[in-house]
Amino acid sequence: MRVGVDTGACVGSGQCAFLAPEVFDQREEDGVVELLREEPPEDRRQAVLRAARSCPTHAIRVTEP
Amino acid sequence: MVASLPTGRRAGRPFDPPAGLAELRERRPLSRLGYPDGHEGWLVTSHALVREVLADRRFSARAELQHMPVPGMPEPWPAEPGVFGSMDPPEHTRYRRLLAGRFTVRRMRLLTERIEEATGERLAAMERQGPPVDLVGALAQPVPARLICELLGVPYDDRERFQRHTLDLFRLGASPEETAAAYTTVHEYVRELVAAKRAAPTDDLLSDLLGSDLTDEELVNIGFVLLGAGLDTTANMLALGAFALLEHPGQAEALRDGDLADDAVEELLRYLSVIPFTVRTALEDVELHGERIRAGETVTVSIPAANRDPARFADPDLLDLTRASGGHVAFGHGVHQCLGQQLARVELRVALPALFRRFPTLRLAAPAGRVPLRTDMIIYGVHRLPVAWGD
Repeated sequence: MRVGVDTGACVGSGQCAFLAPEVFDQREEDGVVELLREEPPEDRRQAVLRAARSCPTHAIRVTEP
Repeated sequence: MVASLPTGRRAGRPFDPPAGLAELRERRPLSRLGYPDGHEGWLVTSHALVREVLADRRFSARAELQHMPVPGMPEPWPAEPGVFGSMDPPEHTRYRRLLAGRFTVRRMRLLTERIEEATGERLAAMERQGPPVDLVGALAQPVPARLICELLGVPYDDRERFQRHTLDLFRLGASPEETAAAYTTVHEYVRELVAAKRAAPTDDLLSDLLGSDLTDEELVNIGFVLLGAGLDTTANMLALGAFALLEHPGQAEALRDGDLADDAVEELLRYLSVIPFTVRTALEDVELHGERIRAGETVTVSIPAANRDPARFADPDLLDLTRASGGHVAFGHGVHQCLGQQLARVELRVALPALFRRFPTLRLAAPAGRVPLRTDMIIYGVHRLPVAWGD
């Protein structure tokens, strides 16, 4: 799976960093999402999908190759 | 047309959403709703539609556009500078970006030890005092109050000057004069505080923001909003959460013995939904669920109804701390989703298990039906929770 984030839409709620901390972090200065792994390992699939679904501004896009 | 927003809880069902919402959700998840000021707006009760409305920027959060769905709430007026919750992007975005970095998952987790300490102090005080104890005053209010004070840089010892008055702001049916007096008192306190920090900055959020491009007026309003939000939200989740666990002893036992605090917190947030509703007003005509919502019409979204939607959560009226109940809308959805949610999560994750571990025999010290419910407050919960322990 491939993950993309829209930092312009992000409001720094932290849902993604809470649900999938191996894949998402937040910038210190404004809380905006920081993508740690564009291609997360298979065992993080469920967590990443949950994070994408939970994002309050739909700022996470998941594509399957 | 629903004549008014259902707010009454069924006798003996203090944790369930107000009566009538489940039927509405099933029959007509987007209904016309009458508002106390005579406005004819809408009520949304399904999980999917609540999320849709809150994520749709054609629905505005601007305070002056809203009609309030329950009587006794102050007349909305345009947001003062800094009151970002009542603004739309891009005005909202500037404030949110300034603050979100202060409430990240990482920063809030760093507070775990401090929350453990504050909780431990309160639990020790309870033990010294001996049963019965009112858990609201003994634990649920002081722990979040102390934490938000430390975070903002508000001396906790000053709390007489703002705590009771802040709670007054959330009381339904307060007279406009009472609300104005409470507002002025807290506002004046924060204004003095900001001036003091200007003179001698300390190591806290308000002092840090002095270095941003915010005016003192914005800073005072932000301090006011964050203080209010920190004092009366998690406190209600803690007390109502403890009440719910005491009424579901099997679940309390699982929380005490197991390692499910993260899931348990999400499930309690979903199940209890202490914020009963939020409102948005259409900026233009919007087609939704086969209806046309006209520009200027207010939509009330029901948080408890959405969080008990069987289309989203299996067996939604069952409290099950082991379920994966992520996806709830207890913190809202869209750009205004709760700024302090990661703080609330850590506070609940620390304080609730600690309470039940310290007092394994914790029980209600009054009949459940006599626990005074906060049906007269904007945020739901209990006014007092008498508890006892031991033989």
